[in-house]
Amino acid sequence: MIETAALGGIWRHEFALFKRYYLSQTFAALVEPTFMLLAFGYGFGSLVAVVGHYRYLDFVATGVVGVAALFTSVFPGMFNTYIRRSFQHTYDAILATPVDVPELVAGEVLWIAAKSGIYSCTPLVVAMGFGLRPSPGMLLVPFITFTTALGFGLFGMYTSAIVPSINSFDYVITGVVTPLFLIAGTFFPLASLPAWARTAAEFNPLFHCVELVRHAVFGLQPRTDLVHLSALLLFAALMWLIAVRTLRKRLID
Amino acid sequence: MTTLRPMTGARAPGSGSEPAISLRGVVKRFGALTAVAGLDLEVPTGSCLGLLGPNGAGKSTTMRLLTAQAIPDAGTISVLGYEVPGQSKQARAEMGVVPQQDNLDEELTARENLEVFAQLYRIPRRSRRAAVDAALERAFLTERQSTRVDRLSGGMRRRLLIARGLVHDPRLVLLDEPTVGLDPQVRAQLWGLIDGLRSAGTTVLMSTHYIEEAERLADSCALMSHGRVIASGSPAELVAEHAGARVTEHYGPPARLAEVEELARTAGLPTRRTGPSVSVLKAETMPPSLTAELGPDGVSRAASLEDVFVVLTGERVE
Repeated sequence: MIETAALGGIWRHEFALFKRYYLSQTFAALVEPTFMLLAFGYGFGSLVAVVGHYRYLDFVATGVVGVAALFTSVFPGMFNTYIRRSFQHTYDAILATPVDVPELVAGEVLWIAAKSGIYSCTPLVVAMGFGLRPSPGMLLVPFITFTTALGFGLFGMYTSAIVPSINSFDYVITGVVTPLFLIAGTFFPLASLPAWARTAAEFNPLFHCVELVRHAVFGLQPRTDLVHLSALLLFAALMWLIAVRTLRKRLID
Repeated sequence: MTTLRPMTGARAPGSGSEPAISLRGVVKRFGALTAVAGLDLEVPTGSCLGLLGPNGAGKSTTMRLLTAQAIPDAGTISVLGYEVPGQSKQARAEMGVVPQQDNLDEELTARENLEVFAQLYRIPRRSRRAAVDAALERAFLTERQSTRVDRLSGGMRRRLLIARGLVHDPRLVLLDEPTVGLDPQVRAQLWGLIDGLRSAGTTVLMSTHYIEEAERLADSCALMSHGRVIASGSPAELVAEHAGARVTEHYGPPARLAEVEELARTAGLPTRRTGPSVSVLKAETMPPSLTAELGPDGVSRAASLEDVFVVLTGERVE
């Protein structure tokens, strides 16, 4: 059972730390998409004006939302969890209080996802400065990125429990995270890829996130979007099961 | 001062008060290594029990078993009347843990560290501030409450670590090597803090390999070796039983030391090496013939808990 009192304690810890780093995170969240849109939107966009029926800059802006959702959840999931478990022993201290492993995992990932859900919307704000037209569907985007970040945050936490050392994250970053963020319809449409790559992308949660974000901003397609949402929820549920299992093994002797 | 201590030895069994901690036949294995091997241990409510033993004896594993951060392979554990690991969350809510390894949050201030744990321990919102203030005061850190932990001295950090485990006024405190690696001054200060707890009626389980610490603070001691309790009792009882009243130390070259050991053992007296000398324990029971054989070069001193420790856990360290 997961008690809200336990989650409250975990969030109190996260909030205390957040006061130390919110400026740097906000800086990165605003400046990173600015550079991305300048480079891809203007640089690359001079070669490609239109993708499908989207203006290329609009296509990239919504793609970058997905990239942000991935990066701001998988990296804290990997590194914070590893450092707090293995270097700082914070989790040992927390598990000596009335908090169980599932509550610890839930508290951490809900914080990661809440933060990622909000910060991942910054590319849309920046893109408005580049001419993206505001739409009411944009209000759905934080919920989409939150759901995406749940799955990727838990995936990061899971890998933190299986890597033998912090250096082994290179395998995860290059081997898993990089293909995930490239082959998701983020910077170029999947239609240009060979059939096998398009099929592979169906299994990429980030692809479903990016599709959902685009539809939320430019017009929902209820039937398809329900499939995308289900894929994200299924991914999060699976990651929850394996993350709790592996972390329990690492934290409880 | 001593009258405040409920002597565990004097406590009538079945006096109605349930022990704060009870372990029966507890076994914990890590692969081929058996860290805890059939441990029986009881800590009466309101007393301070010193868990003594060399490194690797199973003290820290025992501590982790009590918070369900380690799950036993066999045996039963009860903490504050709760069955562990089944009801460990309730037990953890009512106990405080001070780990051996400093796991304070270095990026946060002293006060923030305590605030986080006040909430983790579920102190109601309206009493949280007062609890944190009291904890800062107890650790003599009121002046330094806004200092980040990485800028506090080693002694201050340890005081904060202890205060963090006490912020919710627990009925039971687990202290794992509370003064390891600290200056004598800091150690004395922490002893005062721990003694204050016991005087207030809190049950304390303290693991240590500092003999003096156990002698000064513990109502009773359990000596652990290879995952079991091999002797227990009040420090005075342990000393009387295993080391007697007096000890004679003999100095000399290796051959002489071996000779002294041989003579004492033949007479049935325990001995231990004390660096450059051999200590013959229970010297008060020495027959006059042996006294004569050993010669007049012996230096007499009182027997100590350290003698018991070395005699019972062996001279060689693994």
